[in-house]
Amino acid sequence: MSLLEIKNVSKIYGPLKALDNVNLTVENGEWLAIMGPSGSGKSTMMNIIGCMDKPSLGEVILDGVDIAKESGKKLTEIRRDKIGLIFQQFHLVNYLTAVENVMVSQYYHSMPDEKEALEALERVGLKDRAKHLPSQLSGGEQQRVCIARALINHPEIILADEPTGNLDEANENIVIDIFKQLHRQGTTLIVVTHDPEVAEVAQRTVVLEHGRLVNEIKNEGFEE
Amino acid sequence: MKKQTMFLRMITASLLRRRSRMLVALLAIAVGATILSGLVTIYYDVPRQMGEQFRSYGANMIFTSSNGKKLSKSEIDSAKKKINNSQLVGAAPYRYENMTVYERPLMAASTDFDEAQKTSPYWRVDGEWPSAEGQALVGQEIAATLEVKAGDTVTLVYDLDEAPATADEANKGERNQNSRDFTVAGILDTGGNEEKYIFISVPDMEALTGKTDVFDMTELSVSANRDELEKYADTITKNVDGVSARLVKRVTQSENTVLSKLQALVLLVTVIVLLLTMICVATTMMAVVTERRKEVGLRKALGASNKSIIFEFMGEGLLLGAIGGLLGSVCGFIFAQAVSMNVFNSSIQFHWVLIPITIIVSVLVTGLSCLLPVRSATDVDPALVLKGE
Repeated sequence: MSLLEIKNVSKIYGPLKALDNVNLTVENGEWLAIMGPSGSGKSTMMNIIGCMDKPSLGEVILDGVDIAKESGKKLTEIRRDKIGLIFQQFHLVNYLTAVENVMVSQYYHSMPDEKEALEALERVGLKDRAKHLPSQLSGGEQQRVCIARALINHPEIILADEPTGNLDEANENIVIDIFKQLHRQGTTLIVVTHDPEVAEVAQRTVVLEHGRLVNEIKNEGFEE
Repeated sequence: MKKQTMFLRMITASLLRRRSRMLVALLAIAVGATILSGLVTIYYDVPRQMGEQFRSYGANMIFTSSNGKKLSKSEIDSAKKKINNSQLVGAAPYRYENMTVYERPLMAASTDFDEAQKTSPYWRVDGEWPSAEGQALVGQEIAATLEVKAGDTVTLVYDLDEAPATADEANKGERNQNSRDFTVAGILDTGGNEEKYIFISVPDMEALTGKTDVFDMTELSVSANRDELEKYADTITKNVDGVSARLVKRVTQSENTVLSKLQALVLLVTVIVLLLTMICVATTMMAVVTERRKEVGLRKALGASNKSIIFEFMGEGLLLGAIGGLLGSVCGFIFAQAVSMNVFNSSIQFHWVLIPITIIVSVLVTGLSCLLPVRSATDVDPALVLKGE
């Protein structure tokens, strides 16, 4: 059984179809990139997969559960237990240190564990910056804290929305290297991006245009 | 790490690392708590403070005989024992006798001058208060009639016979009389009936009349509210043989009216201050929630339930309330002390119980003020705010 199955999903806002009869399957451990220009429906897709929105039509089966039919409370639980979110604008709590930001995710999931949070920061090369506030970190460092926070609860899927959108090339490479490492460890990655370089390193890329899935590219030269 | 520890770590970090915004809220709570604590202190201290002020208006209780006879010292002492010693400002016994000076009839009264000064502090004396036997305090009206002043001598004559003297007896000097010379220590100005009397000491009166341990009434000044005074009067009348206690209504009634109005005013101001504090805290918390919509959205995206969001904001609000309450209870005492020193010219007591009460009230008021802003935090849609919409 696939980890994620999107069947005939549409999202309709009045006369506008943000998603139009989309079908997509993501296997366990797969690294998928979702590409498309602005307004193509990428963010809507991300919100639906991330349990922050529901489709108007269709089914979204995540780990055997149709999240399109679940209540808001249940969606919060699924998001907490199965999904790790990475944002373009990092979205760290500005008055908490790096390690505390990672622990916030543990706090809502199960039990905060500072040692484990420090280990997650070590994985992204930021253990020595653990006690720094977001304002004392560079953009790349903030994004790595965001990745550590997404990883800490061992989610089924890491869902990244333009993870390198605000980063310079050096930091972009660091983030891609972390994704590669995560993929090797068996983490399922769904990366929404408009950057072809980021999409190229994924196992598979799907292209959205005007809410429709118009293309699907398998990366033949994908490095396992 | 326990969840509660992380909860405390988050809310303290929010308060300590976002000082400027939280200081505004803390200031609002602390000012509210200061005025609340100060006014409550004044509210409870006003009766004592005003009671002391009212004592300068004269006695507020009177002992008279309940059996038609005269009062004795032992009866007066028994009645006085029923009153809490710390509340008894003074008790002046009085005895009135008809006498003559230069054959002019007048009323002489004996009293304990030290006690009379306590029960009637408004008496003004031109000269000195009598300090020894053989000295008299002459009412202004009598002094004018007799044309005497401080330092002069007057001779008081007491008729020992019960029946009034006939003109014939008086001419022949056949009456049985006692007389004694008194030095006028001072002239008494009260604006009342006292100006028609000559006041002498109790031993002088006993020597002149030959009758000892006899009193017509006792005036008392008691620092208590009307309810307490009525209770004392009732207890004394019921339990002390031969003594009837009653209140000087003119004094107690006005005291009660002024106190009630003053306390009502303080209460009203306290309620208004609490309401203003609530509005101020609610406004600040609403601004805090609006400013942190992205953070709320993020927390929800990370899996926070609405309950968690409410707990966190309420936790911050209640912690602020507790700190503001603690600050307010200390500042409130300083405020009340300043008011008391300026208005009543006396210091007030620190009531320890006001510290927990102020903290609890501050926490409750802050909690109530936070309800609406915190409720609005749960309406945040993470998908929208994280996209910056």
